[in-house]
Amino acid sequence: MSPRAPGSPQARTEARWGAIFAAPALLLIVVILLAPLAVLVALSATDYRLGAIAVRMIGLDNYAAMFADPVFQRSLRNTFLYVAFVLPVAVFGGLGVALLVHARIRTRTIYEVIYFLPVTSTLVAMATVWQFMLHPTLGPVTPLLADLGFGRIDLLNDPDFALGTLALIGIWQLIGFNMVLFLAGLSAIPRELYEAAALDGARYGADRFLRVTWPLLGPTTMFVTVTSTVTAFKVFDTVVVLTRGGPLGSTETLLYILYLEGFQYFRMGYAAAMTVVLLVFLAGLSILQARVLERKVHYA
Amino acid sequence: MGVRDSGRLADGVVLSGIAKSFGPTRVLEAIDLAIEGGEFLTLVGPSGCGKSTLLRIIAGLETADAGSVAIGGRSVDHLRPDERDVAMVFQSYALYPHMTVAGNMATPLEMRRLTLAERLPLIRHLSPRRPRVMRGIMAEVRAVAETLQIAHLLDRKPAQLSGGQRQRVALGRAMVRRPRVFLMDEPLSNLDAALRVHMRSELAELHARLGITFIYVTHDQVEAMTMSSRVALMDQGRILQLGTPADLYDRPATVAVARFIGSPPINLLEGEADGTGGVRIDGVRLPIAPGVAAGTRVTVGIRPEALHPAPARHDGPVLRARLKRAENLGAEWMLHATLAGAGDAPLVVRITAAEHDAAAAAGLLGEDLALAVAPAGTHLFGADGARIAVRRLAGVA
Amino acid sequence: MRPGRLIGRIASHAVLLAGAVVMAAPFVWMLLTSIRPPEEVFGAVFDPIPSRFAGVENYGQALGASNLPRAMLNGVIVCGGILAVQLLTAIPAAYALARLSFRGRGLLFGLVLFGLCIPIQVPALPLYIALANLRLLDTYFALMMPFFLTVFGLFLFRQFFRTYPEEILQAARLDGMGEFEIVWRIAAPAALPAIAAFSVFSVVAHWNDLYWPLIVVTSSERATPALGILAFRDAETGGNYGALMAAAALITGPMIVGFLVARRAFVRGITMTGVR
Repeated sequence: MSPRAPGSPQARTEARWGAIFAAPALLLIVVILLAPLAVLVALSATDYRLGAIAVRMIGLDNYAAMFADPVFQRSLRNTFLYVAFVLPVAVFGGLGVALLVHARIRTRTIYEVIYFLPVTSTLVAMATVWQFMLHPTLGPVTPLLADLGFGRIDLLNDPDFALGTLALIGIWQLIGFNMVLFLAGLSAIPRELYEAAALDGARYGADRFLRVTWPLLGPTTMFVTVTSTVTAFKVFDTVVVLTRGGPLGSTETLLYILYLEGFQYFRMGYAAAMTVVLLVFLAGLSILQARVLERKVHYA
Repeated sequence: MGVRDSGRLADGVVLSGIAKSFGPTRVLEAIDLAIEGGEFLTLVGPSGCGKSTLLRIIAGLETADAGSVAIGGRSVDHLRPDERDVAMVFQSYALYPHMTVAGNMATPLEMRRLTLAERLPLIRHLSPRRPRVMRGIMAEVRAVAETLQIAHLLDRKPAQLSGGQRQRVALGRAMVRRPRVFLMDEPLSNLDAALRVHMRSELAELHARLGITFIYVTHDQVEAMTMSSRVALMDQGRILQLGTPADLYDRPATVAVARFIGSPPINLLEGEADGTGGVRIDGVRLPIAPGVAAGTRVTVGIRPEALHPAPARHDGPVLRARLKRAENLGAEWMLHATLAGAGDAPLVVRITAAEHDAAAAAGLLGEDLALAVAPAGTHLFGADGARIAVRRLAGVA
Repeated sequence: MRPGRLIGRIASHAVLLAGAVVMAAPFVWMLLTSIRPPEEVFGAVFDPIPSRFAGVENYGQALGASNLPRAMLNGVIVCGGILAVQLLTAIPAAYALARLSFRGRGLLFGLVLFGLCIPIQVPALPLYIALANLRLLDTYFALMMPFFLTVFGLFLFRQFFRTYPEEILQAARLDGMGEFEIVWRIAAPAALPAIAAFSVFSVVAHWNDLYWPLIVVTSSERATPALGILAFRDAETGGNYGALMAAAALITGPMIVGFLVARRAFVRGITMTGVR
């Protein structure tokens, strides 16, 4: 933008209209973002419960209680397990599907649509469908697994399998999203690079992948990884619909117990402390992502 | 046949009957072309004429529907691009953006001298001979980089280079493998004008030094005219004319060739043969068409430099025109005029500054302009566009 | 074609098809069950194709004997309200951020970038307390309010406006247009593709959202689509799965139909975000 002389009529107009245009957004930022954030941090140092008359400052007691709480520890462990399971499959699965779909010409659109369907659909509705599909007596999955020799497993009610089942549904929802991001990355690779590689002697698929595809997808891969981590970290809908944290707390995740503490038991101070922990995780990931996006520029 | 290295003959490229269609569009129609070893041949033509497709067929990046490519006397139709022993410089340079200059230039040698296992990440470190091979490769890369004066850039990445530097890296990557044939697809079109002029002479020098066959694709007739030993002018999937730059300029085979070659473009005027060796344009008789039957419609092409302002009573053939605008280009002038009379055809006249000043002093550059026609730059084409032999008249200025 | 390439193609199709079957299975199962008569749902034998078409009674029950139509209407109201306020506030502010120099511009943009890292779960607690104290829980306003602010929209539109040619804005000023007119008559129409993609993203996100509605809605009158299907499932303890699947199809249907109709805008709208 061209710098304008301060005090010129144009500069005064811009200053006035800029302020007018920005005011509503700024107001919203203060009311919806900044003020709640300040309240949140303050709240995390109190024993506030919704409707309570007296509020006491208790310093870091909430945090101490939280990290000593086996439920919180379990939810943290469950969440990380969930992320650890979803992340590699959703990222490399998405990459694999994108590579295969990208090579198709006539059938490309059909595959794209089918793999992307779960992304646009309402997860709560589709989770009820999954629940029905996984129903031990009425759904098709249990008999199918039994026929394959796995025995009759009630995937959602078995503590050994429930979290994994949720993760599979998470992958089911995420893989098409990642596929589309990878497809965009793949189409951005100039065809001439593959041709140059062909002339240079890259005769094997492995050579083309390692010399061209993988390095040029680097920024996309980082982006997809961070995004998938954030999404997996915030797993909530499927827990509410399918397991409510059970069986035996095996699917209690961070966001789910935060929801319970804050909005079911109304232990606001404690939940606020938990939210601060969540915020730290997500902010860390966001900073990582910002770094990645900066790096992306270098390649252009 | 040209000479390469120590006496080894450079390889020629022979194309026979190359045809290619993309869907219903015929891009190339049975191209026959024999390119001699050590030659600098340029494929030139408007965009979409099929020149790039032809180059890519030679490289093996595209498969011809029919016909055959032979390099060094042997058919290469069944060979993969890397087995054809050709190198290509792409319009976008196609440098690997994540690799350094050295890595880019080393790639073709790594692909040839290392096994697949020696190129895979992690596993490659198991190979005991790899470090030695890589040292050899890097020495060759450095040598080539030095001849191209990019040795100080070897550790940079392409994004940190200027357009001209990237161009050199692309050339370097092609040179390290000592290919039999050097293919270039519009390599200068992404450079600014000054650099383009400079790189033209560098490419010509490079060709002289390497002594191998160059096949060069461009839409820029100036590049074609300045660098090539021969030029193939293409349009709509055919070669309209193959010859030296001088052949194409001085003896265009068709109207289309005459129109494409030359800047500013040739003036084309419609006329009619009078059966006595003359062509009438707008009532003026040019005595240049012996043996053409009376009433034949012809096209007369006159190069801008073949027209000269003349006194109205000139004893040679004189076209009468109306001067619209005069452009001063410093060393020369462009006069933009229209033919007087019915045609109103536009004419461009190119004269030196000295001639302009003399003509202006003589009062020849009024609104009514008389233009003497120099036969040397005058060409005659029949109704089918083919060239008709022109008799040179002596004694006309 | 060389035999190796043919084998590769077959293998590629085999993998893709297997994946596609898993991807599509819930949708197929949902649609098939939604037209399946109840006696067959509980039958011991699995026949994928229903013996008779029971779609009318299943969809009839989903629509007639439940809160579903109300939930879908609420979904339209909430999504529409959110989107309207988002566009009205974000477009001028983004234009100002991109094109006007005013005091505090750098600070505002810093806040936008900061806001990009904060999901709704973070301010949810204080917002809930504030809404409870104002006796505004269980209202449309409570459902919409946290999403009036869209830092993502601000960021996206700013990026778009930054690429808009300065000459056109200068020409409009010379033609006598004020900044207000420039925003809505010049800049916003030019940003239509970005606005369309953002709208898709916004509507999809809030139609499908569960977390916030679950917190602030207590009555069935304010249930959003996600809550509607949840309530329907919990009420149907008898297990009329045909009607439940019909309900699921009705709730997710608009998103899927929209996706199939405007595939490009959908993909762009959902992927350009990356996050949220």
